[in-house]
Amino acid sequence: MSETKGILASYEYVDSAVNAIEKLRAGGLKKITAYMPYPEHLIEDALGYDQSPVRVWTLAGGLCGAAGGFAFTAFTSMDWPLVTGGKPILSMPAYVVISFEMMVLFGALSTIIGLFINSRLPYLKPMVVYDPEFSGGRFGVYITAPPERLDEARGILQGQDPVELREDSAGVAHAS
Amino acid sequence: MATATKEPRGAVPHPDLTQLDQVNRDVLKTLGKPGLVWWLMLGLCIAGIGMLGVSWGIQIVQGIGVTGLTSPVGWGVYITTFVFWVGIAHSGTLISAILFLFRAPWRQSIYRAAEAMTVFAVMTAGLFPLIHVGRVWHAYWLIPYPNSRFLWPNFRSPLVWDVFAVTTYFTVSATFFYLGTIPDLAAARDAANGFRKKLYKVISLGWRGTDREWHHFGKAYIFLAALATPLVLSVHSVVSWDFAVSIVPGWHATIFAPYFVAGAIFSGVAMVITLTVPIRKVFGLEAYLTTKHYDAMAKLCLLTSMIVFYAYLSEFFMAWYSGEEVERAAFWARLFGHYWWATWIMLVCNGLVPIMLWFKRVRYSIPALFTISIFVNIGMWFERYVIIVTSLHHEYEPFAWGVYRPSMVEMGIMVGSFAWFGFWFLLFTRLIPVVAIAELKEVIPTPMRGAAPAHAGGEGGEG
Repeated sequence: MSETKGILASYEYVDSAVNAIEKLRAGGLKKITAYMPYPEHLIEDALGYDQSPVRVWTLAGGLCGAAGGFAFTAFTSMDWPLVTGGKPILSMPAYVVISFEMMVLFGALSTIIGLFINSRLPYLKPMVVYDPEFSGGRFGVYITAPPERLDEARGILQGQDPVELREDSAGVAHAS
Repeated sequence: MATATKEPRGAVPHPDLTQLDQVNRDVLKTLGKPGLVWWLMLGLCIAGIGMLGVSWGIQIVQGIGVTGLTSPVGWGVYITTFVFWVGIAHSGTLISAILFLFRAPWRQSIYRAAEAMTVFAVMTAGLFPLIHVGRVWHAYWLIPYPNSRFLWPNFRSPLVWDVFAVTTYFTVSATFFYLGTIPDLAAARDAANGFRKKLYKVISLGWRGTDREWHHFGKAYIFLAALATPLVLSVHSVVSWDFAVSIVPGWHATIFAPYFVAGAIFSGVAMVITLTVPIRKVFGLEAYLTTKHYDAMAKLCLLTSMIVFYAYLSEFFMAWYSGEEVERAAFWARLFGHYWWATWIMLVCNGLVPIMLWFKRVRYSIPALFTISIFVNIGMWFERYVIIVTSLHHEYEPFAWGVYRPSMVEMGIMVGSFAWFGFWFLLFTRLIPVVAIAELKEVIPTPMRGAAPAHAGGEGGEG
């Protein structure tokens, strides 16, 4: 991996970035990172994204929260029975509210954890392969490739009229 | 309505915005050095917080007797203001989560301010249970924990539901708010330098806007919105059950949950108008917060005003139609009794003043909307006062009737709560972009060099 090197191209237009990504992928160069100022679905589609595993985190957290909320209310009422008006100790309808709130709370928190794990946030390494313009209006395409294919990759990126083309001799972004 | 446009129905174009990085320039300049007015307002708010602190201090030292709360009215200005602030919070979540799921195109430029309002309003509301319990050092008794007497809270009580609902609401709305700001904090980081750059670097969590980050971010955002949507409806329903589950005449009504939720959204939208009009003016964000946005908010206000007014009338009708003597007497006292003025303020501000919103000229006039929104804010505070105080002061037994008069301490804390809210909101306007930069870029034209890219034709994504 230490041999691979990277190139970062910034584009002004979405379709330039999309075309570059599609050509790179068609040529078997798949170690791509795209940068965008807002979630652009054309780029996500070009990179072939499918469902995100974050939804499993939401479901699991929500179910755990609901079950936990119900179990807790049920346990505490059994632990110290307060008989009122001859009604059952386990008064389910009242506990639905707590279960619901706990479902939302744990579902939301576990969604955040799932997001952080899947998107590798927080990103603590130094931002070498980055350009402040990517949060403004430019779209970036970063590719790492073995040295013998580097010229081919550069050619594809160059072909879409980048505003800027930067060599990254260490190939940092995909090094890990 | 009258204007025929080429855009799909309800689309809000930002005609003055064409370039993506223009959004960064316009929005991020609001984070610059604050002017004199901002400092003056901050000073005013800090003074108000001081008043809150002194008033609360007096109550802590001398006891809850310094308030006007006594039998039969045990819930007064504190609970009124609590319900008011929880209600204000709701429209923020409505705009940020519910309108997000419905893909309402006018949501993008106002939702950040609305969501900040939600978080700060819940923070303000959260003070009041602590104040109202009197001995605040025992406030942790609200939380279920294994204590030395082996007692647990009674989960059949709506007051315990409320603890869960409000804390969950605060946690989820604060999380949702923060998550939405991360890409914009990264944009602020890229434009800043010095200390600010370091600050934004930390709080933006090293966001770079990579495909991986955006992909999971977008999905997580949808799920959080889907969780926040039923949550917002549940929270004010639970607050309404604090009243409706008891047997006090004037409270014991099944209409309370939907009535409270509609009222919450009504007051909250009004508060969004009250807060964003000065922001728009001071920061010169007219291209972002267009009159069409205010038109949309005014329509939402009008709709919820009608629901709320219908609920008022239905309550009076049911009291009369039920033939129940106590219920009839309670509602008669509401209209013509000791607190008649509060009831009439409520009816005029929430039912009659918003009728003006039927006129398009009013909906498109920012000063008119601002004025109406102030009326609605006042009216909605009085609505909660009417529900709580007039119901309690006139219960079943005539010998137990009584009048409640708020003390100076209570008024100080109530007014101080507005300062507390304003303090956080002022800090927000200078630290966090008030308009969602990244999301706004989704509704301005995509920069394309040629025609749509070749692969886009066959894509069936919901985009």
